[in-house]
Amino acid sequence: MNDPLRLYDVELGSRLLVGTAQYPSPAILAEALAASRAEIVTVSLRREAGGGRAGQSFWGLIRSLGMRVLPNTAGCRTVKEAVTTAQMARELFGTNWIKLEVIGDEDLLAPDVFGLVEAARILCDEGFAVFPYTTDDLKVAEKLLDAGCKVLMPWGAPIGSGRGLNNVFALRAMRARFPDTPLVIDAGIGAPSQAAQAFELGYDAVLLNTAIARAGDPVAMAKAFAAACEAGRAAFLAQPIEPRDMAAPSTPVIGQAFS
Amino acid sequence: MKIVVNGETRDVKSSDLSALIVELDFSPEFVATAVNETFVRAKERRICRLSEGDKVEILTPRQGG
Repeated sequence: MNDPLRLYDVELGSRLLVGTAQYPSPAILAEALAASRAEIVTVSLRREAGGGRAGQSFWGLIRSLGMRVLPNTAGCRTVKEAVTTAQMARELFGTNWIKLEVIGDEDLLAPDVFGLVEAARILCDEGFAVFPYTTDDLKVAEKLLDAGCKVLMPWGAPIGSGRGLNNVFALRAMRARFPDTPLVIDAGIGAPSQAAQAFELGYDAVLLNTAIARAGDPVAMAKAFAAACEAGRAAFLAQPIEPRDMAAPSTPVIGQAFS
Repeated sequence: MKIVVNGETRDVKSSDLSALIVELDFSPEFVATAVNETFVRAKERRICRLSEGDKVEILTPRQGG
């Protein structure tokens, strides 16, 4: 595999992780996932009325696609809720991977970083491979790594906002501080150019859902994101030039006529 | 006995979690369970006795972001 992404000792060819919610239909979901070339999809656990079979049918679809699943604790607001949800997900989905969300603010769906660190410690101790949905705060990141997380997933912008990378300065600092930790931009990406920007900053992967699922043509958008992720990563590896304030002529000055 | 299942108060006959899942027409292999916010493993559902007022969550796989 050329330039693989390594997350918890699993090597992956794709650097795009995608969600499975909000698609117009299961058929479009399946087609969009294929077009994204993603190898990891996020899933959740929810209540269903007795006699309902929606969950069973959805799980059957995901399994038929042969993709690795990353269950989430979306909507959990306390450490206890998140830990219990993670334990339930591990049994139901048969994976110790968990995208850990402990939500602290209703309007921004911002992480409760105090609860996040506490839940991460409990789950890492229980053998989970924790993917924490966090902010770009460096001290919180350090505490998550101390707790046992081997991947960090800072937000680009609030979930579903499509605002891209709100704080490039902070994300750049995070990349520089943790050069050996896989960093995934999780949430806020709205357009392929924003995903490419994340890779150009040196981020290892991006996770998104709404940008593809709610696009006018989710399948075409999935394809566009796949291309943007590959372009952004290739650009990072090719080492972009540093920006400068003044112009620098690209055409040779030597041999200039009339000089 | 009155218990709360997935946020809804229900009058049920079952005295253990395993029986409750069948009584409410869930597929046991496609659900994960918790009682009073504590995870209950599939193999422990039979020995998980239910009491009046217990809060039971029976969750299934779903789309997620």
